[in-house]
Amino acid sequence: MITGNIITDFCLLILFLPVVAFAINIFIGKRLPRQGDWVSVGAILITLVLSLSMLMNMFMNWDPNFSHEVQFSWIDLGAFKIELGFWVDNITIVMLVVVALISSTTHIFSLEYMKGDIRYSRYYAYLGLFTFSMNGIVLANNLISMYIFWELVGVSSYLLIGHWFEKHSAANAAKKAFLTNRVGDIGFFIGIMLMFTAIGSFNFQDLFSGISQGMISGQLLTLAGVGIFLGAVGKSSQFPLHIWLPDAMEGPTPVSALMHAATMVAAGVYLTVRLFPLFSPDALLIIAYVGGFTALFAATIAVTQNDIKKVLAYSTVSQLGYMILAVGVGNYVAAFFHLLTHAMFKACLFYGSGSVIHAMHHSLHELNDHDTDPQDMRNMGGFKSKMPITYWTMAIATLTISGVPFFSGFLSKDAILAGTLAFAQHYPQHFLLPLFGFGAAAITAFYMFRLIFMTFHGEAKMPKVFKGIHESPRAMTFPLILLSSLSFFIFYTLPYLNPFSDHGWFTELIQASDSVVKGNPTAGEIYEGIHHAHYPAMALSLLVAGFGIGMATLMYMKKKISADIWSAKMGFLYKLSLNKYFFDENYDRFLYQPVLKLSRAIAYADWDLYDKYFINGFGRVTKWLAFLTGRLDYDGLDQKLVDGVGRTAQGFGNQLKNVQTGRLQNYMLFALAGVIVILVMQTI
Amino acid sequence: MDSLTNYLFVSAALFCLGLYGVITRRNGVAVLMGVELILNSANINFLAFARFGGMNITGHVYALFVIVLAAAEAAVALAIIINIFNNFKTINVDDVSQLRQ
Repeated sequence: MITGNIITDFCLLILFLPVVAFAINIFIGKRLPRQGDWVSVGAILITLVLSLSMLMNMFMNWDPNFSHEVQFSWIDLGAFKIELGFWVDNITIVMLVVVALISSTTHIFSLEYMKGDIRYSRYYAYLGLFTFSMNGIVLANNLISMYIFWELVGVSSYLLIGHWFEKHSAANAAKKAFLTNRVGDIGFFIGIMLMFTAIGSFNFQDLFSGISQGMISGQLLTLAGVGIFLGAVGKSSQFPLHIWLPDAMEGPTPVSALMHAATMVAAGVYLTVRLFPLFSPDALLIIAYVGGFTALFAATIAVTQNDIKKVLAYSTVSQLGYMILAVGVGNYVAAFFHLLTHAMFKACLFYGSGSVIHAMHHSLHELNDHDTDPQDMRNMGGFKSKMPITYWTMAIATLTISGVPFFSGFLSKDAILAGTLAFAQHYPQHFLLPLFGFGAAAITAFYMFRLIFMTFHGEAKMPKVFKGIHESPRAMTFPLILLSSLSFFIFYTLPYLNPFSDHGWFTELIQASDSVVKGNPTAGEIYEGIHHAHYPAMALSLLVAGFGIGMATLMYMKKKISADIWSAKMGFLYKLSLNKYFFDENYDRFLYQPVLKLSRAIAYADWDLYDKYFINGFGRVTKWLAFLTGRLDYDGLDQKLVDGVGRTAQGFGNQLKNVQTGRLQNYMLFALAGVIVILVMQTI
Repeated sequence: MDSLTNYLFVSAALFCLGLYGVITRRNGVAVLMGVELILNSANINFLAFARFGGMNITGHVYALFVIVLAAAEAAVALAIIINIFNNFKTINVDDVSQLRQ
């Protein structure tokens, strides 16, 4: 039985083992045998075992209200006090398992994928740093440590996206990810400070009780909530800060699976789930609309992308939008549920794409072809026969993300859609939210099957390359098999076996708590609404998923509908989608360029006016003054006074030199004279 | 006239003679002899004060002390003079003035 302090010890170990691996690998990794990968893999496997034992303990206790908090004082300046600590409840434990599990599979996958990389040990070191910071976010019980680890996660993301920094695009993508995140983080910081000013504490529980006592309310609370949510917008890549995530695919594919699909981008969702009780109704509405819009909007971009990883990247943005939408409509348990299932199937999809890219890469390498893009789906096709394990695991994950029954995605997506439907039933003016949700569901099913058909079915587009395609080694297929099997519903509904209801250990152990803001519906009311909307939502979601899959089959499998003709017919929309709604271009034109112009104008004012006349003028005056002082000092003081003292001393010395005769008797005479003088003076 | 005064006169005379010898003699050995005279004048003072001073001072011990010390001093000084002679081939103290330069 794990209770009390042992949980604290476990959490400390889970938190710090990866950072120990990081320290070892970054300093001496290169000199260790196998470049130190076993240090990182060992550390992460131990954290996996520890997390799983905490999960087992959670099952044995079966206590939905389990909560364990430890904290210690970090900075204590009387009125200003910062405390750090852990807050462990069932959500934390599940999230720890997700992080440890995905991180372990990434470590194992990378053994093969990153083999022979020039910065192999550094890569493993950064993975350790990331796992450490992610666990820090998961365990945090206050906004300050959350923020610290939030930034650490940003740094490790930056380092890993830019792993191949010799490539210009990778270095730029890393910078873009970091800077875009900064925009959100500023909002997050403002939110934290607003909360602290009003309540005087960073601790989550203190915040909740402070808000329920009305220490902060009204528009200020909404503003603080939106500020904190802005952090989540940046990290979870929501509209309008979604631009960094697709570019982040420049990083190694296992990193994309770990950070930019399963865990790091989920940190934003985790933050909103964690802090759900403190969002005001207005803030929640903003959250819902941002999430819903992102879900639909990103899905429409994913439809036309040809780069296999870009499709998955926009799919991730869209799925994260789903989770945010669920938080916004108050169904945050469903958001967390989707986070959990999404982590498994999306990591699986990314490993699958990694496996395909790996195979393409090797085949192209043997052909000595360095111009063909190994990630472009138009160069693939028919890989099913060559890579059966990759195909089947990816197919399972695709069924899961599309929301087909018997898979986990069906349950979590259904819970979210039921939540939005219930919300719209309660507030008919927000009818757009379920439209966003169901629309995105249809498109998701379509583009995911498009990906599968283009990659694995049909004829090989490049027969020469196709000949060299092989199934990936075991270190890469093992994570695929593991994660695709975790996509089956049964792992989430135990001890019940009904595949159409999400009723199971998850819903029983993780229960929604009431919002502490007046005006929000209680958890019971939300649950009641969802319960009623459950079956209509399920029927609708099956319908739209079926429609999406059917369309994809007709277009890309049976070729009954020509994709080319359709894209030509809807030329304008197609171009918009293919170019990602020209977001990067418009940001460049309306945001970056004006800022650059402003910067240039300021630089001109600063450099050519201020510096030239004021600063340089100041310099000239100083120079002149210095010259004057120099003259005074050298000619006056030095020559007359300082040297004068020296000359006087020298003169005296020369005079006194004559006394020194070198004759012993003279000295005796002087001594005698001295004695006589002393005697005479004493007598007087 | 008190008898102590007589002794002191003798002592003072002896001191002056010794000092004169130290200051005027060029010969190192003669300088040394002057020093011996000075020491002995001090001895006379010690004994005179011990005998007539009425202050219950045991000066004899110091007189013996000084005699022993003078012997030791003479030995060392003669050794120095011999060394000077070995180095300069003279014992005229005026010629031994290298420290001046």
